[in-house]
Amino acid sequence: MEIVKPTININFVGKMKIASACSLLLIIISIVSVVWHGGLNLGIDFSGGTLIQIKFQRETATEKLRNIFRSIGLENSIIQQSGTDEIIVRTASLSSDLKDFSRRIEDALGTAYGKGASEIRRVEVVGPKVGRDLRNKAIMALVFSWIGMLIYISWRFEFRYAVGGILALIHDVTITVGVFSLLNKEFTLVIVAALLTIIGYSINDTIVIFDRIRENARKNVKQNLKDTINTSINQTLSRTILTSFTVFMVVAILFIFGGAVIHDFAFALLVGLVTGTYSTVFIASPFVLAWENIKLSKIKRKK
Amino acid sequence: MFKSIRIRTAIAIIVFLAGLFYLTPSLISDLPSPWKNYFPRDKIHLGLDLQGGMHLALEVDTQKAVETTLERISNDLKETLMDNKVRFRQLEQRKGNIILELPEAASRGGLEKILKDNYPDLELTSSEIIEGRERVSLKIRGKRASEIEKLAVEQSLETIRNRVDQFGISEPEIIPEGDNRIIVQLPGITDTTRAKNLIGKTALLEFKLLDEEHSLDEALRGNIPEGSIIAEGYHMDRETGRRTAVPYLLKNKTLMTGSSLESAQVKISDRFGEPYIAIKFNTQGAKDFDRITAENVKRRLAIVLDGMVHSAPVVQERISGGQAQITGSFTMEEARDLAIVLRAGALPAPVNILEERTVGPSLGQDSIDKGITSVIIGGMLVVLFMIVYYRLSGLVANMALIMNIIIILGVLVAFKATLTLPGIAGIVLTIGMAVDANVLIFERIREELRTGKTPRAAVEAGYAKAFLTILDTNVTTLIAALFLFQFGTGPVKGFAVTLSIGIVTSMFTAIFVTRIIFDYFVWNRRIKTISI
Repeated sequence: MEIVKPTININFVGKMKIASACSLLLIIISIVSVVWHGGLNLGIDFSGGTLIQIKFQRETATEKLRNIFRSIGLENSIIQQSGTDEIIVRTASLSSDLKDFSRRIEDALGTAYGKGASEIRRVEVVGPKVGRDLRNKAIMALVFSWIGMLIYISWRFEFRYAVGGILALIHDVTITVGVFSLLNKEFTLVIVAALLTIIGYSINDTIVIFDRIRENARKNVKQNLKDTINTSINQTLSRTILTSFTVFMVVAILFIFGGAVIHDFAFALLVGLVTGTYSTVFIASPFVLAWENIKLSKIKRKK
Repeated sequence: MFKSIRIRTAIAIIVFLAGLFYLTPSLISDLPSPWKNYFPRDKIHLGLDLQGGMHLALEVDTQKAVETTLERISNDLKETLMDNKVRFRQLEQRKGNIILELPEAASRGGLEKILKDNYPDLELTSSEIIEGRERVSLKIRGKRASEIEKLAVEQSLETIRNRVDQFGISEPEIIPEGDNRIIVQLPGITDTTRAKNLIGKTALLEFKLLDEEHSLDEALRGNIPEGSIIAEGYHMDRETGRRTAVPYLLKNKTLMTGSSLESAQVKISDRFGEPYIAIKFNTQGAKDFDRITAENVKRRLAIVLDGMVHSAPVVQERISGGQAQITGSFTMEEARDLAIVLRAGALPAPVNILEERTVGPSLGQDSIDKGITSVIIGGMLVVLFMIVYYRLSGLVANMALIMNIIIILGVLVAFKATLTLPGIAGIVLTIGMAVDANVLIFERIREELRTGKTPRAAVEAGYAKAFLTILDTNVTTLIAALFLFQFGTGPVKGFAVTLSIGIVTSMFTAIFVTRIIFDYFVWNRRIKTISI
């Protein structure tokens, strides 16, 4: 079976300008959205706070819950439905008496619904100090992994390839973060893991094409770089689509069946996979060419 | 690499069997008895998010440990100065310093000599002369202070470990993190409030005399006599069970602490059927207690735990057996936990809970089910897709894929790594990555075949060319995964673990193992066409 015909020849590099404009627009929208929302909707991992997941025997009205939480001084909590019989409650404020927090909720729910009608399944309390630590570590992980990959790619290929690859990564991460901001989804530690996975995946994709460019450039020294890049993208197109499709399929399964904890993680991956595949084809490789053109025009001017 | 198909097959089989060997106990929980001895005991270690339990990040207030030491030294210094007849005034502690005034020049020399001989840990930081009197500021030396801080963390770790052990939790994990943090992981715990009380309680037991010379009412109005403090206690009404707070006026000086305890046990009192704690002092403690009670017959001795007065009985007579009781209307559970913390000893400094994550066992089971469902459905779809797209070659890739999953899980067991829910996500992602390697190879082989090469040459060239690509892509992903592992915490780390292992094992199965099968067919069977 073949999805992509071997004779395919799409002028990807020719669409570079449109693609760049599109990407730039998406990045601007992302940044505007983040600024508009006054920063990201940070989860308790980063901002500190409390999260409680409660499962009920029957469906319950959110309004009733809100009243119950008000009665124990949690009026500022965000109540979110997760599935038909589960809710997730988040409060930004740290309970002053951390020790009895879950017991207090348990008691309040017990009196309202009867004992055993609800079950506290998960409690997460993160102090502000830990939140700051986790945030720093997350940023460090991102930055260091970029530097690490930059060095490796520069060593294996050339510096301009590395820059192109990293640029594509920043593109992917920014847009994924932007989508989270637009949908006002919570940004947690798990999402950072997703971003790093996207980075890993996207660079994977990019290198496959770089590798082909390197190979073709050695084979056809006379061919100009633009054509080499085009040929290379077309030659690997079948693989790009196949792999993206299988990974997308697997992650979609995670998204559907993975449960509440994995849900947003899988969502981030889905977004990242799409932008990652797109950026590989339209951003990373054409950038290598753009770099070359800038250098050439500089040389010409000097002459 | 290895030319011989036989040797390569042997390597593949050994690796596969090794993976299976480590995994077997996790798959079959009840191995028949002769087999049991041949297999490793370890099962896959499930993270707290999968088996339920509590994760705590504690911070030891090391500053407080230094302050406590300073307080002890300052009390001691006061006495030494008096004993040596060095005149001083207004010795007090302020912001980690001991500040005192020396009214005459001769005192300076006396102080310096005492410091040199008895207090090598103290250093003189500043002195100024105000209205003819010298004001001196002393401080614990920086090196010594950091030693105290380090010791406080070590002791806290040890104490918490003791407490958790005595509480009876299987496979707890108590590890230091950073300079002053302790991570406690308690799998399968359900009563989290109780566990937190047990771990977080300082449990500093002190014996102090009641200040009976001064009026409590006067002190409550704000005139606390020097050398005394007001401490809170409570009284429980036996009929209603209600507790009411009662203030006490205590002498500040601590006569004894819980550090001289030998044992602490829960007993039931004959009169009311209430639990109390019987404590027994060690030899030195018994001697001290004997002396203290002898000196203070008919006076009230308060038993103070973490600043809270539990009881303040009148010393009826000298007590020489080294035994005492702590009563205070406990529930059975409270008494049991208190006995544990007293036996395990006090924390050298208070600990604060910085982070808590609790997962109920039912949610854990849910996550396992959902994780396994995802892996199976995702895996089946990929397997199906590969067969449809690459036919028999797809079958080869699928075999490698299943082998890969078994090896990943085997490696997890062998390295005693923890499988978490994000870890399962990592495995799912590895499935995608492993498939990618095979897609790369197969697409190359197809390309080579199109140029008219023989199957043998096409396989050779396909693998050779794809190998570099796969290596580069995997190494870059591995770099990202390793950073994730290094800087990630908790769930993120779990994801990085399986991803890192998966990248390495998938290279083995997707390249090395599949190649054996291809080589067998193109070399030994000399097939004319490849089903790809």
